[in-house]
Amino acid sequence: MVKDNKQSPKQQDEQSLKGTFVSVMLLGGFIALSWLGIFILFVSRG
Amino acid sequence: MHLHRLEKIWLVFGISMLVVFLCVIGVAAFALGMQPPSGHSHSIDPQKVNETPPFDNPRLEQIGENEYNAYMVAYVFGYSPAKMEIPLGATVHFQITSSDVVHGFEIPGTNVNLMVVPGEVNHYTHTFTEPGEFLLLCNEYCGAGHEYMATTITVK
Amino acid sequence: MTQTAEQGFDRKDSRLVLAHILFAFASLLLGGFAGLLQGMVRGGVITLPAGIGYYQLLTAHGVLMALVFTTYFIIGFLYSGLSKTCGGKLLPAASKLGWIGFILMAVGTVIATIVILLNQATVLYTFYAPMKASPWFYIALALVVVGSWVSGFGMFYQYRSWRKSNPGKLSPLFAFMAVGTMILWLIATLGVAATVLVQFIPWSFGWVDTIDVMVSRTLFWYFGHPLVYFWLLPAYACWYVIIPKIIGGKVFSDALARLAFILFLLFSIPVGFHHQLMEPGISPVWKYIQVILTFMVIVPSLMTAFSIFGTFETAGRAKGAKGLFGWFKMLPWKDVRFFAPMLGMLAFIPGGAGGIINASHQLNGAIHNTLWVTGHFHLTVATTVALTFFGISYWLIPAITNRVLTPKLNRLGIIQTIIWAVGMLFMSGSMHTVGLFGSPRRTAYTTYQDHPDAVLWMPYHVAMAVGGVILFISLLLLAYNVVALLRSPKGYTEYPIAEASEEAGTTPRILERWGVWIGIAVALILFAYTIPFLDMLNDPTPGSKPWVTW
Repeated sequence: MVKDNKQSPKQQDEQSLKGTFVSVMLLGGFIALSWLGIFILFVSRG
Repeated sequence: MHLHRLEKIWLVFGISMLVVFLCVIGVAAFALGMQPPSGHSHSIDPQKVNETPPFDNPRLEQIGENEYNAYMVAYVFGYSPAKMEIPLGATVHFQITSSDVVHGFEIPGTNVNLMVVPGEVNHYTHTFTEPGEFLLLCNEYCGAGHEYMATTITVK
Repeated sequence: MTQTAEQGFDRKDSRLVLAHILFAFASLLLGGFAGLLQGMVRGGVITLPAGIGYYQLLTAHGVLMALVFTTYFIIGFLYSGLSKTCGGKLLPAASKLGWIGFILMAVGTVIATIVILLNQATVLYTFYAPMKASPWFYIALALVVVGSWVSGFGMFYQYRSWRKSNPGKLSPLFAFMAVGTMILWLIATLGVAATVLVQFIPWSFGWVDTIDVMVSRTLFWYFGHPLVYFWLLPAYACWYVIIPKIIGGKVFSDALARLAFILFLLFSIPVGFHHQLMEPGISPVWKYIQVILTFMVIVPSLMTAFSIFGTFETAGRAKGAKGLFGWFKMLPWKDVRFFAPMLGMLAFIPGGAGGIINASHQLNGAIHNTLWVTGHFHLTVATTVALTFFGISYWLIPAITNRVLTPKLNRLGIIQTIIWAVGMLFMSGSMHTVGLFGSPRRTAYTTYQDHPDAVLWMPYHVAMAVGGVILFISLLLLAYNVVALLRSPKGYTEYPIAEASEEAGTTPRILERWGVWIGIAVALILFAYTIPFLDMLNDPTPGSKPWVTW
């Protein structure tokens, strides 16, 4: 309990959203890969 | 407004990714010539297509060593000229209009995919690097015979 | 404002909301039946009997699903939230306007359906000129649009009343989102109203000879893109305001949620050209400018993704979840009120990614008018938005009728949701794939005289038909569930509205100064459209005469 209070609010804040961050980065990765796929398809057909 | 540090990072990453996409497609379009169909405005009286050159005589016309203009008309439910034979490796500048309703003009397996709008002439250039019998079909609903509106282009 | 636990939903308002929800579901069922037949025709499973054409079905499907089901559900849902959060009941004037809107739209829907069934409007829901439908088709559409405006005015009236009675206070988040949605709708529908009233109706009656096709297409797509945000924003309102309550959490950030909606208002409209990228008569520069603006509207969705996951994680950690993804498992997966919208959210991952591809300027040529596009919007509106709306219904119908969502109905709801998701996996998955191979959308059964390309498409069309059958089964179960909800035991069902988290800080008041944001939205529209639109208007080329090609 005492240990938790010594953490700054900023640190507590950051720890608690790591899962969110990873999730959205995975989403971003999906967007990037799918976009790249269609881009390559388009260029190959040109 | 309070933005969590990780949200800031995410948005910077996300927006940067979008900027990269925009730059790639922008450069491809304006510097490398990979534009969507229609570079310049080209109007035509939709009631007079069959009397307006060059659409009064739809045809494939050689204009260079391996370069052609294809003057085409889309109508319910076909294309004119109905059949074309294109030499392998030729670059074809399609110019197409409609004498009635909006049609599509799609060659599956290629990037030739454009809208044919009455009152306008659409332009698209494609180099046929593969031989074969290419399907050319209308992909914009135009009426009862829409699914019959197709032909083939021979490249050899 | 809080209500005591036993204070149910206002009974008078219940009738208004229920009327909208049930009309929406009736439309969904009819439209879904058309879709079932379409899938089976294209998959080569059936041929249609004489008397109904594929393209008639397709027109009915588009109108009933994309215009009627959506608009009715949205207006009903938004009215319910305004009643709940802005004083506990609708003011008499707001309610009256809601009913007037309902009736106008209903009359329009009935007329449109009749005209479509009579084969006098086989022009699909985009009704592109110069195909000419019966004037009554366009009049019917005008009635639906004008009706929705009246409903919108009722909502604005309720909201303004609340603000006058609560000076200096931040408006309820749901109400803010409802107002933002209807402002977007009002500005967007000006385009389709203009083309229908000024161009199509006079031309279809024969009072003018010709129609400017490019102008009509541009006015339509000025409307057609924000239309999809009209669908999406109420789903987002559910995710932002209602889902947190269901999972036992709070609104992640009130300010960022409002900011997202403002960004949608600004950037959803000046972007219609990305639906016209393959057309002549629009300069490549203006196409690209509107592509840039389109990309800006992606940003509030990126923000929303973070907010939603953040809500989940915060709620989970507060309950003791550990590790990177412990909170994910702690979500109430067995609660249909969460499960259905959650699957909708997951569908938006490929749905949104596909949308970014579609908007990418020349890349659009790889997928334009192919079944990829159909796959895309079946993921976005027909899964993301639809499953969210279904999830809402499972608590909204009991909440407004003073009944309970029984455990049995909750389970049936979960099953219905899963069946829908499976059907869509088959159907949208095949559509995306076969679209990349070039199979066109909006096309009846054909193998193009057995051309090898087209023959290769057939297995995918069969898979689409399978998906369509599965989806229809889900629809039948949904219909059963709705009827069962209307007959379930009496009792109190919560209308879940989450409170805002204090950690997110205060909300800047400027976000609620609608005048500012509407002004900027209009400025952006004028910037994006004035020059290219004037080019079209100034073109002296004659327009097109009417064509009836079916």
